[in-house]
Amino acid sequence: MKKEVRNIFQLLVLVLALSISACKKKDDNNNDQPTPQQPGEVQIHLENRVGNLRFYLNEYYVNENGDSVKFTMFNYYVSNFEFIKEDGSSYVVPKDSCYFLVKADDMESQELHFHKVPAGKYKGVRFIIGVDSLKSAAPLEQRTGVLDPATGAQGMYWSWNTGYIFVKAEGICPGIPDSLQNKFKYHIGLFGGYSTPTINNIKKVELMFGKNVEINSNKNPNIHCYVNPLEMFKTPTKFDVKTQPIIMASPASKTIADNYADMITFDHIH
Amino acid sequence: MHSLCFYRYNYLSSIRGWVVLSLFVWALGCKKESTNQILQSDLFKGFYQPEHFPPIEQPFDVSKINEKSFVLGKRLFYDPILSRDSTISCGSCHIQASGFTHHGHDVSHGIDDLLGRRNALPIQNLMWQKNFLWDGGILNLELVAINAITSPVEMDETLPHIVEKLKRSKVYPQMFKEAFGNEEITSTKMLIALGHFMALFISDKSKYDEVKRSKAQFTEQEQRGYNLFKQYCENCHKEPFFTDQSFRNNGVQQFFSIDKGRYEISLISGDEGKFKVPSLRNVELTAPYMHDGRFPKLIDVLNHYSDGIQNYPNLDPLLVNKIPLNSQEKEDIIAFLKTLTDWNFVRDKRFSEF
Repeated sequence: MKKEVRNIFQLLVLVLALSISACKKKDDNNNDQPTPQQPGEVQIHLENRVGNLRFYLNEYYVNENGDSVKFTMFNYYVSNFEFIKEDGSSYVVPKDSCYFLVKADDMESQELHFHKVPAGKYKGVRFIIGVDSLKSAAPLEQRTGVLDPATGAQGMYWSWNTGYIFVKAEGICPGIPDSLQNKFKYHIGLFGGYSTPTINNIKKVELMFGKNVEINSNKNPNIHCYVNPLEMFKTPTKFDVKTQPIIMASPASKTIADNYADMITFDHIH
Repeated sequence: MHSLCFYRYNYLSSIRGWVVLSLFVWALGCKKESTNQILQSDLFKGFYQPEHFPPIEQPFDVSKINEKSFVLGKRLFYDPILSRDSTISCGSCHIQASGFTHHGHDVSHGIDDLLGRRNALPIQNLMWQKNFLWDGGILNLELVAINAITSPVEMDETLPHIVEKLKRSKVYPQMFKEAFGNEEITSTKMLIALGHFMALFISDKSKYDEVKRSKAQFTEQEQRGYNLFKQYCENCHKEPFFTDQSFRNNGVQQFFSIDKGRYEISLISGDEGKFKVPSLRNVELTAPYMHDGRFPKLIDVLNHYSDGIQNYPNLDPLLVNKIPLNSQEKEDIIAFLKTLTDWNFVRDKRFSEF
């Protein structure tokens, strides 16, 4: 009797297992993986830092050229995120939720949220600093949220030259002439032009985690990155803020963009 | 001479025929349509593609243009609420009778009597433009207005503040609701409504257009002018819009310190001092001429091309040897240019302020 019950139980388990695998097969056509998992939430934290210290607006820092600079504004766009899977393939974040405007004076904007990232093991993330050319030239209806020229973009949109300011850094350096009120203003944009090619300052970033990170409904990692605003003054070109305090849509913008391309680094996951 | 008279007679009779025919068609149309649509056929006509125009260039969705959004766009276009101190509207510098330009003003004249750098461009046939402004800096029709609205020397206003003002208004919430289905007022809707209004500025009924439709004939002088035009001007002022939409330097300026033109957008060395080849439609009405409005009359422009051009930096290769025109030829060309005036368009009640 006891044996029968056990047999029946085993049979039930078998039926259940088969039905689950059948379901799974139907769902994602991939039956050699372990238990199916639900997508997870991922957060990327972009914390402004100079070396080991937190970066603050309105505080002086010495840059590579030996000049004291303080920032009064440091805003930038990051967009087009892709999470790189263990096998090298990637999960591309949908277009409607892949644009972020990060502002130094807005802590919330430094936390990027990604919803429903498919479960799996990921080894890195790819994105761009700036806004892609397609979006830069898109009709107004497609410019929503942080890309809305009127509201969301908050001074990061050029009214006279289609496109966005990718990185806007303004501040003071006492070495800049008084006639300019010691101010530096770097408004760096340019997506490469639409019909006629021009400078392309879109910068691709790839950050590897150094290990595989699991993402699923139970594991919602926070990827903590550091952003160093002073990188715009160094590597590959040491930059003298005093001689070129104002750069907007000009060839010199390329120097700043090349410099800040490596301003975002991965630090840890928690 | 005999044949000319014959043609002229034919032309008149054919016009008469068309008028009768179109009245007939119109009457038939009315009979079929509901009351509401009769109103539409009177005051509102949606977007249409003239048969001798190429396909449109703008990605702007003209299928969404309706009578209400058009009327909202028109109200906004003529409303000074769009400027900081509510003194100037889009229509202040884009006057219909002057082909939607600012008659008599060399460069834009904005708020607090401030002056810009460039001459107000005509607003017409916008859906066929690849880009906008003298330097081609703006790619989308619905984004052009932001430039004038936010420019400190034009309307000097911010989009969020306009939205606030529109929300406080007694008429706009209802108008937005009728145009877009809900009362919410956003700057995106405002700019799209302006686009809906301006996208219908189709100028396709000049005498030139009627000749192309075989409904009219050039006079002898106009025909001579047209032939000369095709020989000397058409390279840049390409039909049917009389622009190839390229950027060129036509030798009016030696130094580019105030305005580098296309270079400010392309940042390509050699583009300094290049400006968009302007359309010549309605050119008789859009004086003064050139990007800085330096020439008050058409004859001044032609005199520049025949004698005034200097070999300044970045001069267009086509103009290096100037354009050899005598005074008779210039008059002929001007006679032809006047056939590009679309009286129907500049007097069209649908677009007029009052």
